[in-house]
Amino acid sequence: MATWTWFHKLGSPPHVYRIAGRFAPWFGWGALLCIVYGLFGGLVLAPPDYQQKDAFRIIYVHAPAAWLSLSCYTAMAVAAFVGLVWRMKIAHAAAAALAPVGASFAFVCLATGSLWGRPMWGTWWEWDARLTSQLILLFLYLGYMALRSAHDDLQRADRSSAVLAIVGVVNVPIIHYSVYWWNSLHQGATVMKADRPSMPTEMLVPLLVMFLGFTLFQLWVLCTRLRAEILDRERNARWLQEQLREGA
Amino acid sequence: MNAGEGTVPTGMLAAAAATFRRDVALAFRRPGQMLQPVVFFLIVTTLFPLSLSPQLSQLRDISPGILWVGALLSSLLALESLFRADLEDGTLEQWVISGQPLAVQVLARILAHWTVSGLPLVAAAPLVGASLAVPASAFGTTMLLLGLGTLCLSGLGAAGAALTLGSRRASVLLSLLVLPLAMPILIFGARGVDLAILGEPTRGPLLLLSALTILTLSLTPWAAASAVRISLE
Repeated sequence: MATWTWFHKLGSPPHVYRIAGRFAPWFGWGALLCIVYGLFGGLVLAPPDYQQKDAFRIIYVHAPAAWLSLSCYTAMAVAAFVGLVWRMKIAHAAAAALAPVGASFAFVCLATGSLWGRPMWGTWWEWDARLTSQLILLFLYLGYMALRSAHDDLQRADRSSAVLAIVGVVNVPIIHYSVYWWNSLHQGATVMKADRPSMPTEMLVPLLVMFLGFTLFQLWVLCTRLRAEILDRERNARWLQEQLREGA
Repeated sequence: MNAGEGTVPTGMLAAAAATFRRDVALAFRRPGQMLQPVVFFLIVTTLFPLSLSPQLSQLRDISPGILWVGALLSSLLALESLFRADLEDGTLEQWVISGQPLAVQVLARILAHWTVSGLPLVAAAPLVGASLAVPASAFGTTMLLLGLGTLCLSGLGAAGAALTLGSRRASVLLSLLVLPLAMPILIFGARGVDLAILGEPTRGPLLLLSALTILTLSLTPWAAASAVRISLE
């Protein structure tokens, strides 16, 4: 059973509080480094696109935000599932910490997409499948957060919103495949193609670095928010008061 | 379960049938309440010609959207009360301790709810359709699509109604939860009505909507059942 001790340890708030505190700076500085390099590489070093000229550069913010808004929802649903099945309070805390992060990324994705659409398609908003699905994803996040805040009892809020997250995760594959289902103005997949990506290396490398940077940033925010959630939920626990007295 | 001497334990389907009959009977005792969504449907769909244009050619273009948005909003109306009264008088607790699978009971409730709230909307559809210049040849497909769509919505709505049990401002919250999930229904449904009005084959949207309905009805009873359990803890 020794292989499972790490899993059981994840259920203990003091352990997670310490771990999150230890990892947070690494994620934070890593994110800063990656994002600074990625922005420099993407905005300065990469050549302009032959068709879209400099306007394509917004992809360095748009695509990572889209990726994170989706992966946050998946992570949230997985955390919710773990919380429901194994009754792990920390997993519910993690899901609660992830929701506003994912919602913000979904919003950033929509906003940058809208800014990109204006010069490329000549319109701020196009009722295209992927845009619409992204908007629905934002609504799903908002519904999740609203349901959580509508319950006074913390446990009930945790468990109800967990069921909602699992129901909503059905939407995530629909978003991903909608680009193949409907013909639309939105350009097809550029990065995640099965063969070789249709992008020169000097454009692609900063983009991949930006993906990594955004992911690290998300992990940093998650660690920080998770610690705040634990502080809130365990405010009457003895270990926390001892920890705070030590000044750790 | 531990049945007493001489009693025959009720089968799963018999229990579900009993729930279905009880729900339908209760609804028919309050015909006024049952007709409210239909009246709402008629009023909402009247607002569109008044606010847009009474020209028949224009109405025909937008009628699928009006029909579907109207049906969607009308069926939301009846959802909030789906479990509330039963939570208050303890029926839900009896469901849980009865030993019957809760998801099957929930499924019976979904079907009963659709019978008393979805079917009247389907029956009113030709009336609304005729007022929106939908040709009579499209009535059949429209009713079929609306029937599937409202069934799917009853399933989603049951999950939403169970999740919002015991929360504040449940009705607004319920729309916030259910409407985003209902968008695929709207897309396929409105597309199907559009094709039917143009006289083109509607097989694609019909099959997609049927698949969606089957998927929804197989998954949402479980979600609603676990949400009911959470609300009773």
